[in-house]
Amino acid sequence: MATPAHDVDIAHTALLARLELTDAEKSAMQHEIEDIVGYVRLLQEVDVDGVEPTAHAAPVHNVFRKDASAPSMAHERMMDNAPDTIDDELIKVPVVLGGDEPGSA
Amino acid sequence: MANFVAKPAPATLHAAADALAAGTTSSRQLAHDLLERYRVVDGTIHGFLRVDEAAILAQADAADARRAAGKALGRFDGVPIAIKDNISIDGQPCTCASKLLEGYTAAYDATVIARLREAGFVFFGQTNMDEFAMGSSTEHSAWFPTCNPWNTDCVPGGSSGGSAAVVASGQALGALGSDTGGSIRQPAGFCGIVGLKPTYGRVSRFGLVAFASSLDQIGPLTHDVRDAALLLDLIGGHDPNDSTSLDLPATDFEAALGNVDVKGLRIGLPREYMEVEGLSDEVRQAVEQTRDAFAKAGATIVEVSLPRTKYAVATYYVIATAEASSNLARFDGIRYGRRAKDATNLLDTYFKSREQGFGDEVKRRILLGTYVLSSGYYDAYYLRAQKVRTLIRQDFRAAFEQCDAILGPVAPTTAFRSGEFTDPLQMYLADIYTIPVNLAGNCAISVPVGVASSGLPLSVQLIGDALGESTILRAAQWLTTTGSPMPAGDA
Amino acid sequence: MQYDIVIGLEVHVQIRTDMKMFCRCANRFGAAPNTLVCPICLGYPGVLPVPNEQAIRRTLLAGMMCNCELAAWSKFDRKSYFYPDMPKNYQLSQYDLPLCGRGHLRIEGKSLIGDVGPKDVGITRIHLEEDTGKLTHFAQSSGVDFNRAGMPLMEIVSEPDISSADEAYAYLVALRQVMQYADISDCDMEKGQMRCDVNISLKLPGATAFNKKTEVKNLNSFKAVHRAIEYEIERQAEILEEGGQFIQATRGWNDVLGETYVQRIKEDAEDYRYFPCPDLMPMRIDDELLDELRCTMAETPARRRERFARDLELPAYDAHVLTLEKATADYFEACVAAGAPAKQASNWIMGEILRHLSETDTPMTGYPVRPEELAKLIGLIEKGTINQGQGRKILAQMVAEGGEPEAIAREKGWVQESNEGVIADFVRQAIAANPGPAQEVREGNAKALNFLMGQVMRLSRGKANPQVVMQLLENELTG
Repeated sequence: MATPAHDVDIAHTALLARLELTDAEKSAMQHEIEDIVGYVRLLQEVDVDGVEPTAHAAPVHNVFRKDASAPSMAHERMMDNAPDTIDDELIKVPVVLGGDEPGSA
Repeated sequence: MANFVAKPAPATLHAAADALAAGTTSSRQLAHDLLERYRVVDGTIHGFLRVDEAAILAQADAADARRAAGKALGRFDGVPIAIKDNISIDGQPCTCASKLLEGYTAAYDATVIARLREAGFVFFGQTNMDEFAMGSSTEHSAWFPTCNPWNTDCVPGGSSGGSAAVVASGQALGALGSDTGGSIRQPAGFCGIVGLKPTYGRVSRFGLVAFASSLDQIGPLTHDVRDAALLLDLIGGHDPNDSTSLDLPATDFEAALGNVDVKGLRIGLPREYMEVEGLSDEVRQAVEQTRDAFAKAGATIVEVSLPRTKYAVATYYVIATAEASSNLARFDGIRYGRRAKDATNLLDTYFKSREQGFGDEVKRRILLGTYVLSSGYYDAYYLRAQKVRTLIRQDFRAAFEQCDAILGPVAPTTAFRSGEFTDPLQMYLADIYTIPVNLAGNCAISVPVGVASSGLPLSVQLIGDALGESTILRAAQWLTTTGSPMPAGDA
Repeated sequence: MQYDIVIGLEVHVQIRTDMKMFCRCANRFGAAPNTLVCPICLGYPGVLPVPNEQAIRRTLLAGMMCNCELAAWSKFDRKSYFYPDMPKNYQLSQYDLPLCGRGHLRIEGKSLIGDVGPKDVGITRIHLEEDTGKLTHFAQSSGVDFNRAGMPLMEIVSEPDISSADEAYAYLVALRQVMQYADISDCDMEKGQMRCDVNISLKLPGATAFNKKTEVKNLNSFKAVHRAIEYEIERQAEILEEGGQFIQATRGWNDVLGETYVQRIKEDAEDYRYFPCPDLMPMRIDDELLDELRCTMAETPARRRERFARDLELPAYDAHVLTLEKATADYFEACVAAGAPAKQASNWIMGEILRHLSETDTPMTGYPVRPEELAKLIGLIEKGTINQGQGRKILAQMVAEGGEPEAIAREKGWVQESNEGVIADFVRQAIAANPGPAQEVREGNAKALNFLMGQVMRLSRGKANPQVVMQLLENELTG
């Protein structure tokens, strides 16, 4: 039905998505994603010259909220949901290594 | 195979409301009866993820007390309803049938929940689903698959398969589900009940765990069309907490269902819909018989064209997975949910928590969505899909200049057998009739019209224009009452 | 050796609003950790953002103040990367349709070391986004406070028009001025309300290409920006002279050691997978809104400077110093409005007050004496009730313990003695005790007159009205 795509770098994509895959999963996913991407290439045959993209299904704009603060949620509820905390005050995360740094904030 | 299809007594939300008003039942009695039924069948059906009996009875008793004191919150005070497990109920778990959200307790009510709570509804259990609403069979739940009450070897459809199954098996008077590419209509169709996907923006998405934000809508799965209409009246309407919510006046779709007549109604049949590969004969016949019933009652049948139908699935799988890859990024085990215990550093925590927390189907879609948004591919896939989406919307707009509602199948077949699809792409392609509606942002309803030779329900889909709910609800009401084209499918 | 230097700044400014950017939690600094949070700014399952109208207006206002082209249509995009201070693991930001496009900001006058400009520094864009939470690093783990997550944040990207540390400093001063003037932000760097990243690269004159650019991130004071740029210019020049290799890198700044260090090597461009946020609707910026904003638009610092010089007849230098910070200019104007002569008010503010603020590291807004009280103090001097020296003592007292100037003067006896009979006694005593200098004055020596004047002031314990003393001395010795 469709030619599989052969340019899907599954390891890089999985890194971007922060998904760890075993070698077996990697090869299965590689195959399936390439299949789907191959199918999706069907869209290349559609003439989209001059067509505006649709980002929203509803033609609405300028939806805003008036600047008036309201009470926040109870601190305990946040801490109850947290897998790990520091003194029930901060969310605890494992040490941040250099390689984890984002590009910017 | 076994058949667990049943109608509770009273069988519908409106009948229960009437019985409560007449004093012939109590909220506790309603809850009690449904709990009885739950204990009998759900060990086989697996439609619910959680049923907290004590909490349900407490809500029911509170409603009864209000009613006894003459302070009922309204007509539906004390009526039970089941909720799909991707809709946030304050103080309750909300797992989306994913291991990653194990241990999470929702800290707020979804807007639809707040509205039902104000109306006095009793929240009766949370229903199973495909993990994060990704799937068409409810086989992709992290906990267990749900079975079709008509035939337990078959799937109930998905992703709102739990909601459809508990309604069809008489464990619920009605339920809420969500529909991103057919997730209400297809399971409703597979389980022989009514399922409505409202126009995008009619129902607030605030509190619905997002799969694909530009496609998701919450909607009802019910025993009859009237319940679908009245639930939409209750949950619909503008919500300042959802930027994509439409600012519309209050509706009374329920009242509009009295005395329906389809004379002069223009029913469109897209020629492309009958040319779909894999469309079963019985589904085709169900559509044709429905068409004939409409014609006989004085409706005008118009052939219309939706020429980009064949691109809908591809368009959908680019847009939906792209949005999903971003929407699901927040599930990282940092602030809530399950965090991998064996991780040694931050990167490893992300990797392992998401590896252990997500099922294969979710991973597949996250990968696909990440890929189509990644550098160098955005224009070729995502941007192009958005443009094709525009063309698909234009197709519908043109069709609705010629007709008032479009008639077609819900899915190419009746409910398929568990484990039948091993190739994800083949499963995706089966959503061909439901997906275009989400892409266009229109409304559509799945209506049971009969039973196939296999004993499984046959349903058709009525698609309305944007904000055309009144038209399709009235047509569906006619179809399920006076105009039923085929022998009734009740068990 | 001389080099061509190219510097561009990316400045983040927190916008002053009542609530956060996409939820209703208070936008406030200094609360206990994780108390200004809600399901929305924590990225709980199912939540949706709704943009804060005021933050959008203030960003547009910033664009107007910076002479930017304003977008007719704008939108929010999602910028994806995983980091624990970012609840959704994407940041709501703006990619290809920022609220404000090209503009410029004028820099001129005294910078940290020398004078700069006048020069227009180009502004590439100003966009609106949400701030991240705050990470605190410990030995074995890190802790996250999400109070800051979701606060409205503006990013102002400059063109690489800046060519020295002094120009960068002046640009930041000008930017802060604009933000304060338009009431967009207090730009308090200590509170993280203004944060700066610097891009810098050098080339030898005549060379066609600049070396790979270095980005120094998270500089938290104007002085740190200045020092980091000076350091980088020197470091990069050394590499150029030695013919060494550049690596494109992100560097951090160690304020104690006064040097930059490698934070991260940049291999490829980051893949942020920007796409339009499906939860947020596009924004149409219509003329009506722009007209409304123009009406509320504050006087720019440049206009205020001109007005001070022209209408209040202040020297250009005074007008420049007084308008550097909006709070100072506001204080000055309030003082003048309360009746103080402009030049007197300017002298007191530029002298006593700014020195005090600088010594105690206090912002103008934290100065305890109200401008109306300063005007009263100046009034007492004008009337001759007190002299300058007494005025300084009274002001110090007002700063330390509060109080009303006239009451302090009376209570402490810091009142000027203008009674000629009393002063004449002191004058005669001074002349009698210092016959030599008196004789010199009679012979026309002005220096000796000042000496005798000092003697009289000492005898009066600083209370004598200097004008009266001078008059009587002259009468006595030259009259």
